[in-house]
Amino acid sequence: MRADGTDAAVDVKADVRTSVAPGVRFGGLSFVWRPWIAGVTLLLAVAGFLVFCLSIGVGDFPIGLPRVLATVLGRGEQVDEFVIMDLRMPRALAGLVVGVALGVSGALTQSIARNPLASPDVLGITSGAGAVAVFLVTVSGGAATAVADSVGLSAAALAGGLGTGLLVYFMAWRRGIDGFRLILIGISVNAVMQAITTWLLVTADIRDVARAQAWLVGSLDNRSWGEVHVALWCTLVLLVVVTTVAFQFKPLHFGDEVAAGLGVRYGTVRAVLLLCAVLLAGVAVSAAGPVPFVALVAPQVAMRLARCPTPPLVASGLVGALLLTGSDLLARTALPVSLPVGVVTAAIGGPFLVYLLVRANRR
Amino acid sequence: MTTTEVERPAPTPRGPTEARRRRVAGLGLLAALLLVAAAASLAVGARALSPAEVWHGLFAAPESDQRLTEIRLIVQTVRVPRTVLAVVAGIALGVGGALIQGYTRNPIADTGLLGVNSGASFAVVSGIAAFGFSSPFQYVWFGFAGAAVAGAVVFGLSSIGRGAGNPLTLALAGQGVTVFLAAMTTAVALTDKASLNALRFWNAGSLTGVGFDVIWPVSAFIAAGLLLALTTLPSVNLLNLGDDVARGLGVNTALTRTVGIVAITLLAGAATAACGPIAFLGLMVAHVARYLTGPDYRWLVPYAGLLGAVVLLVCDIVGRLVVRPGELDAGVVVSLLGAPFFAVLVWRGKFKSA
Repeated sequence: MRADGTDAAVDVKADVRTSVAPGVRFGGLSFVWRPWIAGVTLLLAVAGFLVFCLSIGVGDFPIGLPRVLATVLGRGEQVDEFVIMDLRMPRALAGLVVGVALGVSGALTQSIARNPLASPDVLGITSGAGAVAVFLVTVSGGAATAVADSVGLSAAALAGGLGTGLLVYFMAWRRGIDGFRLILIGISVNAVMQAITTWLLVTADIRDVARAQAWLVGSLDNRSWGEVHVALWCTLVLLVVVTTVAFQFKPLHFGDEVAAGLGVRYGTVRAVLLLCAVLLAGVAVSAAGPVPFVALVAPQVAMRLARCPTPPLVASGLVGALLLTGSDLLARTALPVSLPVGVVTAAIGGPFLVYLLVRANRR
Repeated sequence: MTTTEVERPAPTPRGPTEARRRRVAGLGLLAALLLVAAAASLAVGARALSPAEVWHGLFAAPESDQRLTEIRLIVQTVRVPRTVLAVVAGIALGVGGALIQGYTRNPIADTGLLGVNSGASFAVVSGIAAFGFSSPFQYVWFGFAGAAVAGAVVFGLSSIGRGAGNPLTLALAGQGVTVFLAAMTTAVALTDKASLNALRFWNAGSLTGVGFDVIWPVSAFIAAGLLLALTTLPSVNLLNLGDDVARGLGVNTALTRTVGIVAITLLAGAATAACGPIAFLGLMVAHVARYLTGPDYRWLVPYAGLLGAVVLLVCDIVGRLVVRPGELDAGVVVSLLGAPFFAVLVWRGKFKSA
């Protein structure tokens, strides 16, 4: 304490105290209570759930919201039960899970690379999955058909995405991972995967091309419970891992030195989170194809809605789910021709991102 | 530790004049490489020609000898347009890539970022779907218009209000518009078989089948873009110190940026319209050029242009040789060859952020 300026020191302290958000403590856990972020997150969750229920209710056999709710909670009628649980639920749930997975994956990669353009798309994960899938669709006969028949297109694509993600990671490893190097390596691997895809498309039969193209856009058509279960449980496990590690994650935004000073083993934390991001993107791609843009736009939208300086994880996942479920609803009902959901996510997400940018600039 | 530092010989002092001499020599070397690659591009192909045959094909008067007339035909109607297009498009994409990294201060910026590629794709596909275009001469204008409009929209969106000139805003606006247009392109292609078919070939980035009827007008746009680019090079250097500093040093940032974006759109738009989106070339050569010359854009941009032309020529030649009797499109080869090379350079820590 300064001998000659006690009052000034007290003033400064008071000033600091008012500008810091109040902390909340549960036993060993403590976090900062920020009402705005919590409110936005809650609002997003409610909106996501409503769109999810709406998506289940709308169709050739419309079901009202109360009956949807009753059925989802296990107290519905027999007819509703069949339509909802067997026909519509898998698709809606797939949309929700894929959206959350892509949103969180994008938030993680963008935070790790400290660049908003670093999404799983840029890092080559989705195009790696796409290259494998297009290869299986267009190269008929021999090993390709055998693989497609035995493992399934989705699983093969998942393997392709994971393989590409790991390739990028290990190629970018040089006494640690550096965000800038990660992006540049990701871009170059992405370029190779896209070149392979383009080449396959040029040499292939036009009927196969249409099939491959439809897969490359990303679609939620004809999801079965089997696929949804796999995606759901993988995503849940990964989210648990992310949650347990994410507490050490915040300081990474300040750079490695500061993080190390605050006692974070940043190498390990970053490796685990990056692996989770790759796996989440891979799971999403295997369930719905490489739906573009959700992983890029969801964290950016969440960041601006929650007024955070960095992508908030929970809100990013919720925005992703909202974007994907809403787009699928639109793709199924509002459009004259049936289009894959990937076309609609981009058609909605692109302009919305631009709108947010323009609005942020105006303020 | 300290002893090794002491023992290491001090780096030879190098004055600014020697650095300059080395850069001029490097530029000369690249120009020589370009000539060699262009000559090879004339000679290599489904029918390999000897230097004498190439010479004859270029300059000899038409005569009755059947064999020599055939050579003249190959050289003048197939090889020359292809080579000229590779040089022109390569220079345009290289300079465009270097400039966009300078203007956005984003080291991963690519001309695709401004929406130029996706605008061209969308316009080409729409043209094919709506009017049944089939030849490059018909849809090159659509492609160019689409590229220009998309570039203008992205730039316009990012320059509204206070965030004007913020590199991240530009990059994000570019991604927003790009993905939107890509989705629209897919929507059109999925509902129209003919345009899907045309799109997949155009998307591969090919230098074949484009005649001088397309190359001359495209070259005129590219020349205009190059001239504009040259006038702003000193200001780009200052912009890279940050907008406030640049303004303090007397740069009209808004004007410089507008001129720069117009130049980039002309360059990338014309090249993309003529030979399809050739991804990665601009990004790659900009980084290699920066590694060779340092951050001075007055040197970096000419290096990037020459490198772009050399790389595109070499990739086109390689594409003719590897899958004979077929061909690999230049755009595919650029990615397949360039990306691993680039990745090795990145891994060895050669690149700094812009």
